[in-house]
Amino acid sequence: MRVPVSWLREYVSLDSVALGDNFDGPDGSDDRLAVDRLNAALVRSGLEVEAVHRIGDELRGPIVIGEVRQIVELPGFKKPVRHCQVDVGEAQPRSIVCAAQNFAIGDWVVVSLPGAVLPGGFKITARQTYGQLSDGMICAVDELGIGGRIDGVLVLSRDEFADRCHLGDDAIAPLGLTDVVFELAVTPDRGYCFSMRGVARELSHALEADFTDPAAVAAVPAATSRPPYPVRVDEAAGCDRFAGRVLRGLNPTAPTPWWMQRRLLLSGVRSISLAVDVTNYLMLELGQPMHAYDLAALQGQLVVRRANAGEKLHTLDGVQRVLDPEDLVIADDTGPIGLAAVMGGATTEVSHTTTELLIECAHWDPVTVARTVRRHQLPSEASKRFERGVDTELGPVAAQRAVQLLTQCGGGTPDPDVLDLDSHRPASAIMLNPGLADRVVGVTYGPDVIRSVLEQIGCRVQLGRDAAPRSWSVTPPSWRPDLTDPIDLVEEVVRLRGYDAVPSVLPPAPASPGLSARQRRLRSVSRALAEDGYVEVMSYPFVAADIADVLGLDEDDPRRNACRLLNPLDAAEPQLRTTLLPGLLRALSRNVARGQRDVALFEAGAVYIQEPDAPHAPELGVDYRPSDAEIAQLYAAVPQQPRHFGVALTGDWRRGGWWGSGEPASWADAVEAARTVAVASGVELDVRQATQAPWHPGRCAELVVHGSDGPRVVGYAGELHPRVVQALNVPARTVAMELNLDALPERQIAFGPVLSAFPPALLDVALVVSADTPATAVERALREGAGPLLESVGLFDVFTGEQLGQGRKSLAYALTFRAVDHTLTVEEARAACDAAVEQAARQVGASLRS
Amino acid sequence: MSENLVGIPDALETALAEAEREFATAADLEELSARKHLHLGDNAPIALARREIGALSSHLRGEAGRGVNQVRAAIAAAYQARLTVLTADRDERVLVEETVDVTLPTTQRPRGARHPLSSLTERVCDLFIGMGYEVAEGPEVEAAWLNFDALNMTPDHPARSMMDTFFLAPPESNLVLRTHTSPVQARTMLARRPPIYVVCPGNVFRSDEPDATHTPLFQQIEGLVVDKGITMAHLRGTLDHFARAMFGPEAATRWRPSYFPFTEPSAEFDVWFAEAKGGPRWIEWGGCGMVNPRVLTACGVDADVYTGFAFGMGIGRTLQFRHGLSDARDLFDGDVRFSSVFGMEV
Repeated sequence: MRVPVSWLREYVSLDSVALGDNFDGPDGSDDRLAVDRLNAALVRSGLEVEAVHRIGDELRGPIVIGEVRQIVELPGFKKPVRHCQVDVGEAQPRSIVCAAQNFAIGDWVVVSLPGAVLPGGFKITARQTYGQLSDGMICAVDELGIGGRIDGVLVLSRDEFADRCHLGDDAIAPLGLTDVVFELAVTPDRGYCFSMRGVARELSHALEADFTDPAAVAAVPAATSRPPYPVRVDEAAGCDRFAGRVLRGLNPTAPTPWWMQRRLLLSGVRSISLAVDVTNYLMLELGQPMHAYDLAALQGQLVVRRANAGEKLHTLDGVQRVLDPEDLVIADDTGPIGLAAVMGGATTEVSHTTTELLIECAHWDPVTVARTVRRHQLPSEASKRFERGVDTELGPVAAQRAVQLLTQCGGGTPDPDVLDLDSHRPASAIMLNPGLADRVVGVTYGPDVIRSVLEQIGCRVQLGRDAAPRSWSVTPPSWRPDLTDPIDLVEEVVRLRGYDAVPSVLPPAPASPGLSARQRRLRSVSRALAEDGYVEVMSYPFVAADIADVLGLDEDDPRRNACRLLNPLDAAEPQLRTTLLPGLLRALSRNVARGQRDVALFEAGAVYIQEPDAPHAPELGVDYRPSDAEIAQLYAAVPQQPRHFGVALTGDWRRGGWWGSGEPASWADAVEAARTVAVASGVELDVRQATQAPWHPGRCAELVVHGSDGPRVVGYAGELHPRVVQALNVPARTVAMELNLDALPERQIAFGPVLSAFPPALLDVALVVSADTPATAVERALREGAGPLLESVGLFDVFTGEQLGQGRKSLAYALTFRAVDHTLTVEEARAACDAAVEQAARQVGASLRS
Repeated sequence: MSENLVGIPDALETALAEAEREFATAADLEELSARKHLHLGDNAPIALARREIGALSSHLRGEAGRGVNQVRAAIAAAYQARLTVLTADRDERVLVEETVDVTLPTTQRPRGARHPLSSLTERVCDLFIGMGYEVAEGPEVEAAWLNFDALNMTPDHPARSMMDTFFLAPPESNLVLRTHTSPVQARTMLARRPPIYVVCPGNVFRSDEPDATHTPLFQQIEGLVVDKGITMAHLRGTLDHFARAMFGPEAATRWRPSYFPFTEPSAEFDVWFAEAKGGPRWIEWGGCGMVNPRVLTACGVDADVYTGFAFGMGIGRTLQFRHGLSDARDLFDGDVRFSSVFGMEV
């Protein structure tokens, strides 16, 4: 909402901010202070100031009023060009070249003379152009900085200016070329502030200044028994008021006066024709959207009704729309001629030949309007206001103002008959416990303050019969449909009395149990990986529809069960991730593209698994808490979103340097990342050989944990499949790990060990096993066989060679034995070691290497 | 010296002479240490001699023992003398010769970094845990009822269409990518009884094309308190405390009336940040208000008994102005140079 201060001050006295009458001087520092005060007052009343436009700040004269005396068309150029003589009150007219065509001899225009500066620092000088001297410029409105681009120069109405201006007079003041325009963001509850009337009222509260209601129009005529045009409302639920007036004999070419054009332009609205401009102007002034019909184009009675399925309407924006049975329309004998509250139809639009008008000022149901807007994707200035609620009392007032303005500017005679089909229910009273404000805000206002605030904003307050009533009956004014609950009235009290009045007190919170185990785990794991050399990233979860194929996932892989967005930002990425890898690998690829060679990344985040036949979330009410069964249904419809943890790395894991060459990241580092996660999570991790996309089939480890329900696969680690590496444009041999952090069992309480101070016995064994025997299986057998004396097992060599035979490998282990209560003898250690080797022979067919 | 060795066999004298010579000619500490083993170790001649004493008849043992001990002490003294010399030499010369350039790079494996959004979230959570709160979490794909309806945004509410929501297919699923972390508040109230003191951090989504200040994914943290006797004054006290903890002792909040469907009265608040890049100023920080009784009712909290407040702000926005970041898109590019600047904490 754009609010010109010059317009605003017509309704609210701005004396208290010391804004001078002549506040438009470009150098007025006092006025700047005043504008700051106004700004603060708007913010204080809850109107966010998005921008302050200082119109005409850069304008420098001479910019004067002139009269066109002579026009000579200059032939031979690509576009039509005119050489004009313009009288600017000097002895001789000025010679000015102009490319516009919309003016004639005798017209009054605005001329900027050499020395003038227009917005954008555009300096006017005398110059030769098109073979003529151009000693100034005839200005268009956008060149004067007061509105958007309009074809043609500004032609002034002599009627409007002849009695107060002379040729050569400065044009800046009489045309109001300087102003301050506040651009406000209006929150959805404050529909009434989409009008000068509403903003002025709020400012009057914030500044404690006098307010003049532009809707307080004398002599609004009451409805007559006979309507000026027949209208029937079949849908009173959607249209609880329909006021209308008819005007005949309008001069269809009458121009919109400059003062109105100016206000429209400053408000960001284009001037179109007098009839349309008046309806737009009153919408801005009062907040009542209205529509003007070409009476001659109407056929038969107007009916307000729901659309019939399949009915069509050609709206003013030139689009043919198929209507929905829920849409509310205005129809005549030909069918729908307007989409109620949203947009008029093309067939009954006022044109430059219209002389008879029907003015419609109706009140439409916000919900119906909101749905129609959403259905047709057709937000408009009118619908924006109706959706937020329009003053139910405004219709007849706005119609009367329209008739007044139209006859004043375009002649014509209003039909004495007045239409006002009114079935609206007045706002119901809110029962307010006056102590509520004190209780919610924490400030002792007292009943007198509360009552005075409520009356100030236009509420009717009845205290009831008792002297000290517990509950007040508060009836909000017709322009505040947002006030429905007692708490809404509390907000008005705290708002008008100032948020600054609220003191600062800490609440007495109970003791906190601290972070949950899941939250602590995420922190431990993230920190461990970061300390270990990984950089945390956060990725968008949006992925391509074919990502599962790119990753080479099996047809029945659960990671194919992706959630799909109805309205993705990028049509190429309509799905949500089911694995962290696409985002991690994209980040990896981006780093490599930006010149990084050694990259180690990790990400912790949700993946989204949509079960193929998941139930839909029920639509529940809000008047009371849904039942536990309904809530369970709601939760069951929400997809599983486990928190995953992933890493991706490429390049050297240990960097090269003066100490020697680097060590490239390998599958082992990816597995090690999983082990780091396990240690930080306080769980034991088993690693098994596996085949799983998108990993290299021979270099993929399955990550297994042991929960109360037995072993559980929680993720995979290893080198990525070369096909995936190529498709996702990451370096060859890139490795990755991903596991489901939420699938790890809870950390068990660990009991402290008994530390033996006796010396250890160290024994090495080399075992020969078949090449496909997992090292973990050998180690497990050694541990089981060795018994409690075994302290640790370390694999220090893996060897394959001809002397072992085809398909055999040798694993060399360093075993550490120790007893808690004595120094082990050689015999004891040897016996335990032999038992370990025997167990390995039994379980995995190991033999001692000779 | 020789008169002190009366009665001791030549072997001991030879051993002593040998040891004295060997120690005196040891070139460095390593060599000395090796020779010590030979002359004072378990298998040194002097050690063997000691063991032999045990085999002598008792009347000979005393004198022989004294003799052996004298020789051993002499060997040890010879060792000690040479040790002193060589240690002094090492300190003076060898250590100098061993000098390296300690300014050479030492990082064979560079440390990684946390994402600053994670670090900041954790910091805020810790602050509120210290104030008695718990950290509540919820799903990012959320039921529309929890994201909107329960928060006083029924399907026709104008605020609902202003949220730039991502909807999930099919439309009848009634699922959205949550547009704020407020559904976690609703879930919390549905799950338990007051007193409730929680903060809800997490990812939220709006269908905004990315630019310097908008990204379709961003992070919020919201606070919710529902208890008996909670007032706006408690809200202000909480936000002021929060502001000081994040922005220094001079920080304060300033409120502007605003509108959120789920709170009434509602405010947006600015924070005074003395160390802001470009000088001290008020910076728009977040939104807050008293929980709308309609929300309490929909979530099963008796609005006649309990009141509550809620507040929320963008983690990314906070990070942006606290650390002078120029482009929000950097947060989600995954460029290692970005996070590395922040290390482990913010």
